Amino acid sequence: MSSASPFERFNTAPAASGLYDPSRDKDACGLAMVATLRGQPGHDIIETALQALTNLDHRGAVGSDEGTGDGAGLLSQIPDRFFREVLEFELPNSGHYGAGLVFLPEELDLRSWIANFEQLAKWANCKLLGIRQVPTNPGVLGSLSRKAMPQIIQVFVSSLLEKSGIEFERDLYLLRKQSERKLDCYHPSLSSRTIVYKGMLTTMQLEPFYPDLSHELFESKLALVHSRFSTNTFPSWPLAHPFRFIAHNGEINTIKGNRNWMRAREAKLASDLLPFLEDLKPIISAGASDSASFDEVLELLVLSGRSVPHALMMMIPEAWEKQKEMPQSLRDFYEYHSMLIEPWDGPAAVLFTDGDLVGATLDRNGLRPGRYIVTEDGLVVLASEIGVVGIDPSRIVRKGRLQPGRMFLADTASGRLIDDDDIKSEIAALEPWGQWLEENRINLRDIPDREHIAYTKSSVARRQRTFGYTVEELRMIIAPMAKTGAEPIGAMGSDTPIAALSDRPRLLFDYFVQQFAQVTNPPLDSIREEIVTSLSVGIGPEQNLLTATPEHAKMVVLDFPVLSNDELAKIKYAEDSGFGKAFVVKGLYRVDEGSVALSSRIQEIYDEVDEALSTGITFIVLSDRDSNRELAPIPSLLLTSAVHHHLLRRGMRTKVGLVVEAGDVREVHHVAALIGYGAAAVNPYLAMESAELMVRSGEIAGITVAKAIENLIKALGKGVLKVMSKMGISTVASYAGAQCFEAIGLSQEFIDAYFTGTTSQLGGIGLEVIAQEIQERHSSSYPIERAMRPHEDLDTGGEYQWRRSGPPHLFNPETVFKLQHATRTKRYDIFKQYTDLIDDQAEKLMTLRGLFKLRTGVRKPVSISEVEPASEIVKRFSTGAMSYGSISPEAHEVLAIAMNRLGARSNTGEGGEDIERLLDPQRRSAIKQVASGRFGVTSMYLTHADDIQIKMAQGAKPGEGGQLPPNKVYPWIAKVRHSTPGVGLISPPPHHDIYSIEDLKQLIFDLKRANTKARVQVKLVSQVGIGTVASGVAKAKADVILVSGHDGGTGASPLSSLKHAGTPWELGLAETQQTLRINGLRDRVALQVDGQMKTGRDVVIAALLGAEEYGFATAPLVVSGCVMMRVCHLDTCPVGVATQNPELRSRFTGKAEFVENFFMFLAEQVREYLAELGFRSLDEAIGHSELLDVNKAISHWKADGLDLTPILATPDESGPLRRYTVQDHQLDKHFDKTILDRVAKALEDAQPVELELPITNVEQAVGTLLGNEVTKRYGADGLPQGTITLKLTGSAGQSLGAFIPSGIKVVLYGDSNDYVGKGLSGGTIVLRPPVSSVFPAESNVIAGNVIGYGGTSGELYLRGIVGERFLVRNSGVSAVVEGVGDHALEYMTGGTAVILGRTGRNLAAGMSGGVAYIYHLRADLVNQQALKDGELDLLLLEDADREVLLGLLQKHDAETGSTLAQRLIAEFATEVSNFTKVLPRDYANVLKIQSEASTDGLTTDSPEVWAKILEVSSRG
Amino acid sequence: MADPRGFLKVTERAKPNSREIEVRIKDWKEVYEPQDLGTIKTQSARCMDCGIAFCHQGCPLGNLIPEWNDLVWRDNGKEAIERLHATNNFPEFTGKLCPAPCESSCVLGINQPAVTIKQIELSIIDQAFDRGWVSVHAPERMTGKTVAVVGSGPAGLAAAQQLTRAGHTVAVFEKDDKIGGLLRYGIPDFKMEKHHIDRRIEQMEAEGTRFRTGINIGRDISWSDLYRRYDAVLLATGSDRPRDLKIPGRDLDGVYFAMTYLTQANRTVAGEAIPNQISAEGKHVVILGGGDTGADCLGTATRQGALSVTTLAIGKRPMNSVMKPSPGRLTRISLRWQVPMRSLASEFIWLAPLNSSETMG
Repeated sequence: MSSASPFERFNTAPAASGLYDPSRDKDACGLAMVATLRGQPGHDIIETALQALTNLDHRGAVGSDEGTGDGAGLLSQIPDRFFREVLEFELPNSGHYGAGLVFLPEELDLRSWIANFEQLAKWANCKLLGIRQVPTNPGVLGSLSRKAMPQIIQVFVSSLLEKSGIEFERDLYLLRKQSERKLDCYHPSLSSRTIVYKGMLTTMQLEPFYPDLSHELFESKLALVHSRFSTNTFPSWPLAHPFRFIAHNGEINTIKGNRNWMRAREAKLASDLLPFLEDLKPIISAGASDSASFDEVLELLVLSGRSVPHALMMMIPEAWEKQKEMPQSLRDFYEYHSMLIEPWDGPAAVLFTDGDLVGATLDRNGLRPGRYIVTEDGLVVLASEIGVVGIDPSRIVRKGRLQPGRMFLADTASGRLIDDDDIKSEIAALEPWGQWLEENRINLRDIPDREHIAYTKSSVARRQRTFGYTVEELRMIIAPMAKTGAEPIGAMGSDTPIAALSDRPRLLFDYFVQQFAQVTNPPLDSIREEIVTSLSVGIGPEQNLLTATPEHAKMVVLDFPVLSNDELAKIKYAEDSGFGKAFVVKGLYRVDEGSVALSSRIQEIYDEVDEALSTGITFIVLSDRDSNRELAPIPSLLLTSAVHHHLLRRGMRTKVGLVVEAGDVREVHHVAALIGYGAAAVNPYLAMESAELMVRSGEIAGITVAKAIENLIKALGKGVLKVMSKMGISTVASYAGAQCFEAIGLSQEFIDAYFTGTTSQLGGIGLEVIAQEIQERHSSSYPIERAMRPHEDLDTGGEYQWRRSGPPHLFNPETVFKLQHATRTKRYDIFKQYTDLIDDQAEKLMTLRGLFKLRTGVRKPVSISEVEPASEIVKRFSTGAMSYGSISPEAHEVLAIAMNRLGARSNTGEGGEDIERLLDPQRRSAIKQVASGRFGVTSMYLTHADDIQIKMAQGAKPGEGGQLPPNKVYPWIAKVRHSTPGVGLISPPPHHDIYSIEDLKQLIFDLKRANTKARVQVKLVSQVGIGTVASGVAKAKADVILVSGHDGGTGASPLSSLKHAGTPWELGLAETQQTLRINGLRDRVALQVDGQMKTGRDVVIAALLGAEEYGFATAPLVVSGCVMMRVCHLDTCPVGVATQNPELRSRFTGKAEFVENFFMFLAEQVREYLAELGFRSLDEAIGHSELLDVNKAISHWKADGLDLTPILATPDESGPLRRYTVQDHQLDKHFDKTILDRVAKALEDAQPVELELPITNVEQAVGTLLGNEVTKRYGADGLPQGTITLKLTGSAGQSLGAFIPSGIKVVLYGDSNDYVGKGLSGGTIVLRPPVSSVFPAESNVIAGNVIGYGGTSGELYLRGIVGERFLVRNSGVSAVVEGVGDHALEYMTGGTAVILGRTGRNLAAGMSGGVAYIYHLRADLVNQQALKDGELDLLLLEDADREVLLGLLQKHDAETGSTLAQRLIAEFATEVSNFTKVLPRDYANVLKIQSEASTDGLTTDSPEVWAKILEVSSRG
Repeated sequence: MADPRGFLKVTERAKPNSREIEVRIKDWKEVYEPQDLGTIKTQSARCMDCGIAFCHQGCPLGNLIPEWNDLVWRDNGKEAIERLHATNNFPEFTGKLCPAPCESSCVLGINQPAVTIKQIELSIIDQAFDRGWVSVHAPERMTGKTVAVVGSGPAGLAAAQQLTRAGHTVAVFEKDDKIGGLLRYGIPDFKMEKHHIDRRIEQMEAEGTRFRTGINIGRDISWSDLYRRYDAVLLATGSDRPRDLKIPGRDLDGVYFAMTYLTQANRTVAGEAIPNQISAEGKHVVILGGGDTGADCLGTATRQGALSVTTLAIGKRPMNSVMKPSPGRLTRISLRWQVPMRSLASEFIWLAPLNSSETMG
């Protein structure tokens, strides 16, 4: 083996080819920890852990090869008795020998390996005692896994220096690292304390594969088990969990940055405890997963002297920044350590152990589930789910859950549980962190201001030209930000060329696109959940990570990553203020000498920086100021990343803080990119000077200069927070340098030199063209004769709105006109003129597909009469998801009618469907979308779907949520969305039941049971790595995967997202097709594609690249009358398409016939292409990318460097090119199926029936399939209450009672996992502890996270505490619960919540409707912004409220026997005053207007009432 | 765009006032009165700032219409004239004379009256002249190159201005005695008074453009001479060759081409004495053609004191075209639409009863 990294061994992944790259694989998992506090190890612990693992089987995944798992493993204490039994040689006392498995290459000569290892052991002051062949049972493995299986032995070593404990561990660490590096092996572990058994196994295979684990002497006091769900099917043996210290469920989003920063810190690492540190480097091995890298760093921190909890608190700090109630000492601890290491951010549940201490922690967002129980005899079981081991309820004394940022810790040595508070206060007291901070750190705002410098108009104007500002940018980007403090919004996607294809000089920023979270991790809501975010960052030299001194705190704290000119001045003159020393790099080069000068200037800067470093500077300011005719500015992004990477390579990066003074920065994306490539803060001076000038000249009216600057900074900073959130990252400290971008159109050479580690799939331009672009811009700012263009200071622009002198748009006056004309007059000849214009434009490099040529003549053309008819082809077409709400009812119906007539599919969009249309075969939408807001997602809605589409992301703004502003929530919209007219609605960025791939699998499972007939589609947006995500989605059993291009339309999106997130569908589709094929998964899913599809050529190219189905949105809208106003978000669409305004709707002129004409023309054109290509049907053509070629005739100064062959690559296998089979959904195995005949009477005749049944956690979505049956028969109203009652006993699996309609009641005696009552549609769910349980129900956890998500009606009675995000997006459910975690009632729009116990933080964030009654409410836990803005009122209960509350308490008592409820009812007269009513203000106002209206005899939907509502809501 | 709902609030299109017919036909001054700035601003709010600005496409100059509409709305006339001048050297000409294809492209016009783009344009430049915002942009350095521009119509002038500003030495040749081409002699004063041209010439002269009037290239200077004397020659001559109508009766007495007639009339208005001028005074006039030129003839004939004017147009009657009856008018005017021009003689006969429905008194 030649590979240097142990993690790259023993895997089956093919090498990278085409767009497939194995390094992009991601995973998510199930995990469990079992420990005993009884002090005695036992085999029962192992058994219990293995049982738990088996019951987590559904969280893992299998790929195309059913026998091969993604990975499973177990970590335990060293089973001393077992080893003494099976070994033929003597062992020293327990704790005085180290043991561990070794994975060795199959072909390796064992004897020589042993000899080498023995040598190495000696060098590490150890002695090899012996080895043991580990018995294995390869027969149980799948073929892929067996192919990669290593030889597996165990080694046993003792210390030559009689060391034991942690000291011995350090030697073993060194030995292991060296052995892995030098001896071609991988050690799952090598320790005197713990041992790991793992492999590329399924959960079920672990025990049979390693018979050791079944041995009754294999004893431990603790065990961690883990089951992996990898998005691809090529996991490896080493990457299975657990690692040496941890098992991890989740994903580290900031991993690139974390790895880079660790590498940067290596030079400074020093520890007395690890004298041989040099031999351990690099600390982070190549080819490791994020979890493996995390483990490596944790290990370093622990072995250099910190406790495991201490090290974890450094790496995954809780959200301390905005926690006012946190003890000061702990805040100080976190703040101090934030100066040592940035958070490893991302959704994470981490199990950890050092052999005695065992515990778990959750990241700050708490996006992974973790539930635990403690029994009377000291057994502790903690797992991703409750109920993974069968334990008599009467033995359980405590049931709890992991909480965000909190630690659960058991000490198996002393036999006790340690409270989060106790551990943390102990660690917080280790050193006087606070004092160290006080004495050393400085906040920039505390440094005195310098005099403000104002620039003149001509100075600003000249520099605006230098940096390529356009009038459009000033008007549409800078002015709105300066005016409102928020990012500007736009609509209808982007149809201009990407930078790489653009004919004009573009900023370097434009070649980078933002990455976003999709499926494997969730994006965050930086507005409603701001509490967990932080934009603050410390800059200055970092000290040795392995020590802690007051020196470490010598940093300058910036509150915000965007600096005003005056703030930057403070840093520049740091020496004067005595807090450091800044070195200003002049980022300018001689422009007339082109790329040579550019490149040599960068080299020169490296030297300058190196020299400056030796003089003890603490900050580097990278500046592009002071350019002149000769000296042009180096693009700030290039300058920043180049210096950042140079310093990283030199190991000097952590010595200085990088601040950028950049003139080219003017939008959010620019700031985000600079931070992503290493800047700590950015000073967009010219944007600020521009805003300042606009205020002075009156172009921005009504505010002061200071306010405009403040607004601009705020808009940019908050925008960056949003960009981070899209990636699921909460703190700017960990976003900095995390490089969450991919490049399109930059050469690998250029990337390697200046943007190391960034993906650039297609190659492209390098310094030469970049210098050319700069030169073009520069020459326009220093024209030979100014009088030549006296009236045009700046270019007009035309990126966001079409302008004649601007970049071309696919939709322009001519194409819009031709398309409308053709479809309205049914003129195929004009339609062809339209497609010619688009396709020609494509050749003028509007799109990637424009670079392709269809290879006709390769196959013999067929006669067009032989090609399948257009009526067949149109069935593959669908219209995009546009909600009833974003477009007018008229436009929505026209699309639906047209598609239904054609036998094609229209899409409801996120917003439900009016029942009348739902049941009308003419006007219904065949595709029902399920998006994060879950508006109108009921059992009825799902039951009547042909396709159910889960929207994971949308092209225009992947990773972001949406908002329907109050004035667009007209009464008819509110009705369908189950909300209140005039009250704004929020779609959260994530689906709150999808934080990982296994969650998506769960939702697919649930939806498939809510409608067994419908196909489930998963909509993804194109970005690098989509292929592996799609593989995961295929493994999660989606029927259709939709790949959306980045450029798709939308009703409203921040402009920077429209332009800078995601990639063209050509890339995403090709990567998906290739990866699915490589993984052997292609034949079970259909692929759909959309994003600016406009012509038959587009369809054919998509087909050849692998898509079976095609989506269109903008084009059919244009056919319906849209003229690309791009004002959908303003409700002012003048042609009645994207508006609800009745006046404007009356101007709608679209007709279904026009839309039909469009699709028939399109299909006709597809037929012509097929005939020419020699195919008789689309099916024949799908995936034949060899019939595409790069059009060599196109010569373009930028695109010439692009290499498109990866898009056209076909994996070297002859596997299927398209879908041939269907997913095995195992519907017959579902719990409900087994009871259908027992409830037949109820289903047929509505006769009441009650069943008593046991249940376990592997039974998921219980009741959902039954609900589907009820809805099929009884429609939206369901059955009468109390018709079907399921009395269950045990621990229920996820999604208990999801989507159940009226007439079904689920009563569970026991407890349940996440997503109880998801999408509740009228049913009732009751959770109560088992009859025999002994613990107090109100202080123990009865159900998991995200209970009642998106419920529309029904009741929930939960006797106990539940987890995070209770009743998120509830719009009609009544619920009673005895305690909740963080973020409860988030985005709630209706219904009633009664909370009888403690709430977590951030209660009622984004709550815009419904009522909550909360017992002993702590106002400080309510979302503070909402209170401050007056969005929420905290009120005393009025008489009507008292009645409602009492009624619910009585029902709660009756259903659950709650002693708490009983007490409150008994003392209601006094206790009622302890309740607080939480009421959203707008909602209350609207209800009031409505009720007044009904008293006045008006219908609540009348225009008069609407006018009144608008008056109230616009006041807010 | 300052007010996205502007077009919903202001739904009417406000046209500029024209002077009373009785008054205006007694002189040669412009027909339209300047619109007050308040109305202009309200009207500019109707612009929807379209994602695809069809007006900007419809405008042959590519005027940045949404941009300056917005600036007008914001009372930023100074910036507005900059945006307007960016694509249009002489907005006062186009603002008065252009047939405004921008307005027929206006998206609002799909289902509402279009934005009054032309009027806004005119007000921008009028205001700019009034306030002295139209300034001289002389080049700072000369290229040493010389250019001859032949023809001083709007095209020649615009080209000359741009070339001059680029630092070239430019001479504009005009065969007539005054600069302006058709602007000067083709277009009656009641449409555009001539001082507008003179004002521009002043600006151009200050920028360095040279004007050579009364020189007919090909006669006074040979073409080859011209090529030898200049580094570049730009032809912007337009064409004064009329399109003849070869139909029976064409050779009858009293049938003239419009340009012959209009030029004479315009020269007279400018104070020149034209011997044997063709005048409509006391005559019955028939105009063949209902376009701009026909309209110019109509206005001229009326002002000259024709007894009646009958316009025969081949085109359809435009929608909403209403002629207001004007009791004070001396000339009887009638318009006939969709009249094929087959024979002049027969038309006269056919016209005799003058029973048109649109005949006014």
